Amino acid sequence: MKINVYKVLQAPSIILLLLWMIVPLGMTIYFSFQRYHLLYPERSGFVGLSNYDFFLTDPALGVSVLNTLTLVGGVILITVILGLGISLLLQEAFRGRGIIRILLISPFFIMPTVNALIWKNMFMNPIYGLFAYVSGIFGLPVVNWIAELPLLSIIIMLSWQWTPFALLIFMTSLQSMDQEQVEAAEIEGAGFWSKFRYLTLPHLGRAIGVVVMIQAIFHLGVFAEIYVTTGGGPGHESTNTTWLIFKQALLGFDVGVASAGGVFAIIIANIIAFFLIKTVAKGMGK
Amino acid sequence: MIIGYRNMKRIKHQTTVLACCVLAAIFFFPIFWMVLTSFKTELQAIQSPPLFLFEPTLENFSIIQENSDYTKYALNSIITSLGATLLALVIAVPSAYSMAFFPGRYTKDILLWMLSTKMLPAVAVLMPIYLMAQWLNLLDTRIVLIFILAMMNLPIIMWLLFAYFKEIPSEILEASRMDGATTIEEIRYIVLPLAWGGIASAALLSIVLCWNEAFWTILLTAGDAGTLTALVASYAMPEGLFWAKLSAASTLACAPIVVFGWFCQKQLVQGLTFGAVK
Repeated sequence: MKINVYKVLQAPSIILLLLWMIVPLGMTIYFSFQRYHLLYPERSGFVGLSNYDFFLTDPALGVSVLNTLTLVGGVILITVILGLGISLLLQEAFRGRGIIRILLISPFFIMPTVNALIWKNMFMNPIYGLFAYVSGIFGLPVVNWIAELPLLSIIIMLSWQWTPFALLIFMTSLQSMDQEQVEAAEIEGAGFWSKFRYLTLPHLGRAIGVVVMIQAIFHLGVFAEIYVTTGGGPGHESTNTTWLIFKQALLGFDVGVASAGGVFAIIIANIIAFFLIKTVAKGMGK
Repeated sequence: MIIGYRNMKRIKHQTTVLACCVLAAIFFFPIFWMVLTSFKTELQAIQSPPLFLFEPTLENFSIIQENSDYTKYALNSIITSLGATLLALVIAVPSAYSMAFFPGRYTKDILLWMLSTKMLPAVAVLMPIYLMAQWLNLLDTRIVLIFILAMMNLPIIMWLLFAYFKEIPSEILEASRMDGATTIEEIRYIVLPLAWGGIASAALLSIVLCWNEAFWTILLTAGDAGTLTALVASYAMPEGLFWAKLSAASTLACAPIVVFGWFCQKQLVQGLTFGAVK
């Protein structure tokens, strides 16, 4: 009898999450085979694969997938490298390190809309922005970041916000490193690189895995930064898959095509998730 | 000239400290600049060369309050963040307790499955959620936001609590059961006090994630249930140059959670990594 009580305790979380996953998922799959346009509700019915055909032959699709991968990969690469470098620097003990650390991690707590708007307006604006001013001092040509390099602009914004995240996790992980081992290596005459290569990096393996996985989850669905800055443009230069589907759904009012896109996004996310979750599960072992 | 070992070490130390300071200045500068701009007039905000010294004005803050009713949005942010966190905790604590102390054959798989729901792209379920909210007449209400945010954070909270509960020795619980404690009493008097730190860090993380959530808050709300992320997003639309006002709104929107984050950075790390990095 006692066992049942524990099953009952588990039930709410499992049932709710199951509903949260299955119901919208089922509806998305159902809609993806239907003609469902919010402006023409009278035209409805089963349309087979034509929504998929429409979505998959959209010339913007290839660009948006490539943009998504560039965005996720670029941000992860930059944040892991910067995070690693800074966390190693912060190993050095000095007065005021606490304050330095607080300043360094602050960007992580800034909300995405604010992040994007600060950068877009006060830094990247080609007339009044600080970047324009600084390049003016050095006599360099002024870059209209948002219009000319939209994807890079968004990568910069995200990297600014997420490097502190990587840093935070690497610092925590470094604290649990075996100092005796490091000292022993130093006595043996190990230089910086060999210590880094053979001691630090293996120790940080799991932390790096976690940083990569969590960032992949968040960056696959980047939305707010695009919403308040480039709007996916110019053309499709900064359109990721999330934005493409969003445009079909809420701007194009075509629920059917948007749902086909949603199913496509789910498949991509699952392929990535499959590899990442396996890695992390292995890391967490025990 | 030969530089002595000790001197080398000192130079290295000073270079490192200098590098840390420079990096901290670079990373913090955008925030500093935002706060500074919020005290400028609109004309000063776009001045070139950029203005560092000026007579500060509080005008922007009062305009933000008057024009866009900052308090309402802040209240929505607070209510949805706290509400969603509370709801998720109420669901997660008993579940995580029973999974940690009475694991079944599939417990590990269930937990991994929960984590995998985080991989479901929000945009893929945008239409169903939007339509359901519309059918239930819940568009632009705090209730729908609280529910969605709670479901988004539930897997993370489950993982965290599970990891924390696992560390409580089961002998203590067995002893209490011998003394005739019921399940509720056991959770109330033994598990909760012992895992307090874990529950707190799960709650903190969830609050930060809710506060900064910017997909559902922008797309499912308008005037009534709009949160601070939505308020700031609304400033992106007119292409005018209202940087001082935008900065004031942004400063007000971010200040609470940034300060909050400063105090709880340690707990947040454990939460963000599902307890995998200690």
